[in-house]
Amino acid sequence: MLALEFPPINEILRWRDLFPTFNKVALISVAAALIAILIFLLAARQDGLKAPKGVRNLAETIVEFIEEQIIMPTMGRSGMGWTPFLLSLFVFIYLCNVPGIIPIIYMPATARIAIPLFLSLLVWVIFIGVGFKHQGISYLKNSLFPPGVPGPLYILVAPIEFISTFLVRPFSLTVRLFANMLAGHILLVTFALLTEELVQADSIVLKPVAILPFFMLMFITAFEVLVGFLQAYIFTILAAVYIGGAAHPEH
Amino acid sequence: MEAFALLAQVDPADAKATAAASSAGFAYGLAAIGPGIGIGYLVGKSVEAMARQPEAAGMVRTTMFLGIAFTEALALIGFVVFILIGL
Repeated sequence: MLALEFPPINEILRWRDLFPTFNKVALISVAAALIAILIFLLAARQDGLKAPKGVRNLAETIVEFIEEQIIMPTMGRSGMGWTPFLLSLFVFIYLCNVPGIIPIIYMPATARIAIPLFLSLLVWVIFIGVGFKHQGISYLKNSLFPPGVPGPLYILVAPIEFISTFLVRPFSLTVRLFANMLAGHILLVTFALLTEELVQADSIVLKPVAILPFFMLMFITAFEVLVGFLQAYIFTILAAVYIGGAAHPEH
Repeated sequence: MEAFALLAQVDPADAKATAAASSAGFAYGLAAIGPGIGIGYLVGKSVEAMARQPEAAGMVRTTMFLGIAFTEALALIGFVVFILIGL
């Protein structure tokens, strides 16, 4: 029969060091940063007055996507200055997610918690900084004591607002990206293992059954293409919402 | 748990692993119920809104993704708990 043994979690996530302190996940994230820099440097070298072609076309599509789909609905026209930050956030997260489905590499760099944690702490520091810069010390008052609540209820509301704004936001931002990519990675491993075990099974009856997990594997791979994009989009749009909310208090 | 392990003549470590595996399954299953209903309801309503007013589709879609992101976080925390106690 089948000897299906799921490998321990460290075996599918921890990689041999290429050299001390530098492993495959670090390599993928460095490569993601370098590829993003290369794309935009090549695009910037073309003449902006002519019709865009090649890599500049790609770069302009991404910038327009950030401006039209992420900044305009959340921060409005005054948030256009945040385009460079949100653009690099989006492109970096997307290029870290995509290796999860590229054959041979098969490892999303965001499936280790370090990168999502660092990025969301960055967003956390930035939106708090923006809040203090635009509203001064009354940022704390505006965010802890939202207007339109009956007086005595502030005993309840202020702690809840404090926890949800300053503690839960970075945590949920981290866990959302990390757990989505980890779940996708584990699903891919599960169905790849199942396919391999069924193909190598002794009995002739079990071998054709391998087609079922194989189709599931292909379906999940296609699904992961969507998830990798969607998670980068959601992380960026939430960063935009948080920064926009800190810059302009509710009335 | 000790008495149960003695009764069934199994190693306490094995019994502990069994309990951890089954409670991990329960934890994820329970964590998935609420967000499952929530996301279904949210997307259903958004499709309804988009069908009624196709010109507002872009705005509805952005808000829908935001809502999904917040709702989904609960299921994902359940998944992290599953990883922590199960594997």
